[in-house]
Amino acid sequence: MRFFHQVWVVAAKDLRAELRTKEAINSSLAFALVILLMFSFAFDPLADTTREMSGGLLWIVFAFAGTLVLNRSFARELPNDCLDGLIAAPISGAALFLGKACANFLLVLGVQLVSLPVFGVFYSVPWTRQFPELLVVLGLGTWGMTVVGTVSSALTVNIRLRELMLPMLTYPILFPALLGAMELTAELVNGNPIAPDKLGFLKLMIGFDVIYTAVSLALVETILVS
Amino acid sequence: MTAVAVDGVWKFYGDYPALRDIHLEAAPGTCLALIGRNGAGKTTLLRIVAGFSRPGRGRVRIFGGAPRDTETRRKLGFIGHGISVYDDLSALENLTLYGRLYGLPDPRRAAREWLERTGLARVANGLVREFSRGMRQRLAVARAFLHEPQVLLLDEPFTALDDRAIAVLQRLLREALASGRTVVMSTHQLREALELATHVALLTRGQVAFHGPSTPEMAADPGYVYARYGEG
Amino acid sequence: MREKVLYALGIAAILLMAYNLRAIAALPLDPPLGPAAIIMPPVAKLVFFYYAAGGVAIAAGIASAIAGLRFLRTRDFRYDALAVASTEVGLVFLAIHIVTGCLGTRTVYGPSWAWEPRLTTALACGLLYATYLMLRSAVEEPAQRARFAAVWSVFIFLNLPMLAVAINWWRANNRRTLFWRGGSDYIAAWLPSILGTMLAMILLGVLLTAVRMRQEETRRELDTLRRMTHAL
Repeated sequence: MRFFHQVWVVAAKDLRAELRTKEAINSSLAFALVILLMFSFAFDPLADTTREMSGGLLWIVFAFAGTLVLNRSFARELPNDCLDGLIAAPISGAALFLGKACANFLLVLGVQLVSLPVFGVFYSVPWTRQFPELLVVLGLGTWGMTVVGTVSSALTVNIRLRELMLPMLTYPILFPALLGAMELTAELVNGNPIAPDKLGFLKLMIGFDVIYTAVSLALVETILVS
Repeated sequence: MTAVAVDGVWKFYGDYPALRDIHLEAAPGTCLALIGRNGAGKTTLLRIVAGFSRPGRGRVRIFGGAPRDTETRRKLGFIGHGISVYDDLSALENLTLYGRLYGLPDPRRAAREWLERTGLARVANGLVREFSRGMRQRLAVARAFLHEPQVLLLDEPFTALDDRAIAVLQRLLREALASGRTVVMSTHQLREALELATHVALLTRGQVAFHGPSTPEMAADPGYVYARYGEG
Repeated sequence: MREKVLYALGIAAILLMAYNLRAIAALPLDPPLGPAAIIMPPVAKLVFFYYAAGGVAIAAGIASAIAGLRFLRTRDFRYDALAVASTEVGLVFLAIHIVTGCLGTRTVYGPSWAWEPRLTTALACGLLYATYLMLRSAVEEPAQRARFAAVWSVFIFLNLPMLAVAINWWRANNRRTLFWRGGSDYIAAWLPSILGTMLAMILLGVLLTAVRMRQEETRRELDTLRRMTHAL
């Protein structure tokens, strides 16, 4: 259980540092609200057609806002060469990665849970009706985004144009999970349960999460050690 | 068993050899000063020994184990160019974090003890971003020594230290050497380093130009090694 | 020796392609493509290139991932050259696939782009290959670039099947497929030409990959020479 203790230590460190300054979550939340408003300008928020697709819009908001948090993930280790300290410590790369991923997941989910009521009000959708299912879809989609985003953060930490490269790397890989999340959320946020023919998307999202978590844990050491 | 054994190490950037066939050893209880001009490969070599990068050829052994092994990493303490402590956490939080990462039985107590020994006990709860340069350096030293490592790897440790920090570091290094620990440090500050060094190695353009015990001539005239074995 | 192999490959590809083009042109348009066909010839003859290019693009993605994994195992830069070369060739053939598909779409549905599932998947796949190339161009150190690219090519390869499935299930895609209404109810007489075009395109792909690999190795030599001059 030493592994999970180390995961916890890394996650707690990231969360403590972030919650002390709140740089990333504040800007992420503000960004989410700005985009929500812009979408309201673009699409009539009270029209029925918009309500039907609003679940999809919601995930675009989440994807963009999430990037701000994910970018900080390994970037916060750059000042003072803190990344060296973590790599030198007797923890596996997998523990380091998983700790950061868990911290990111909680932060991004936090931003999403705050944006959700605002979204519900703007588009007047009955989002609380299927809330447990919605939470599950939110969790699955966010975990997929977090895992891929944390790996991208590790890849781009020392690259020029990091802020640009991270979204460009993360979003295309996320297409399957995002598609699934958008389809399911579109139903759930309008108070409809998931139709049986859409259950495949749920399996797809679970499969996506499992596969990418496994491959990230296996390959992260390669990224961190030159 | 040798503390640090570098055996036929090469490091390539692309196809260009930054380090060529390095053979070095450091016995327990010795202090090896790695000297050489900028770009000679001191930092590259030190980072390979510390396990930050892999050699293209050859291998490094720390007490017989590979640098990346978890057990070996517990025995290593590294101070690089950065201090590796978090600006947004307090000194105590930083050291407790490292104590937990290194699996110390009582991280908080060890953290307080090392804050004492580096003269930072008064600012234990201050955020690192508010520290002066010297205080940050002393915290970096505390971080490296916290888990009582058997081998200390220091990359130009005396650069940019104020007098108090230099004194603290020299004291701690002397104590470490006296208790049988091993120190490998790369340095430009030959005078401070040669006070402590038992052995000296000169790196020139990625190769070992000289490796042997330090002599009184070297301590008296730091340029001696360069003049005798270097390229002038 | 290598030159000769490349020339032979090139000539074989061209000859095979010429032969296939003649055969395709000579295929009778009457009767039409069977009861399942929804495009009337002659645009229907693009189907050979459509499928062949798509097949080569997928093969290129697989080759890139395998080459990436081999590089991680052996650290041999030739695998890295193979990975980048096959991704670039894959991107080229995806472009051919999409263009021929769009011409077909225009004939059947009117607009050039109608969210047909296979074409949409091809577009997303093209974007994935493009991110691979972007990542490579952003990392300067060759060994790091090769490592990162290898990891990313594995990520991309795992994504392809999930992408195809997700887009197939997507409610907004145009579920009518191009060229045939699904099923393998095509004319048996066309099979040799389909396979022949596929083979010719594969040879062409291999040729382009080999040429690109040669270019990559030259680039590495230049990079090494540049570092050596700077070191002096």
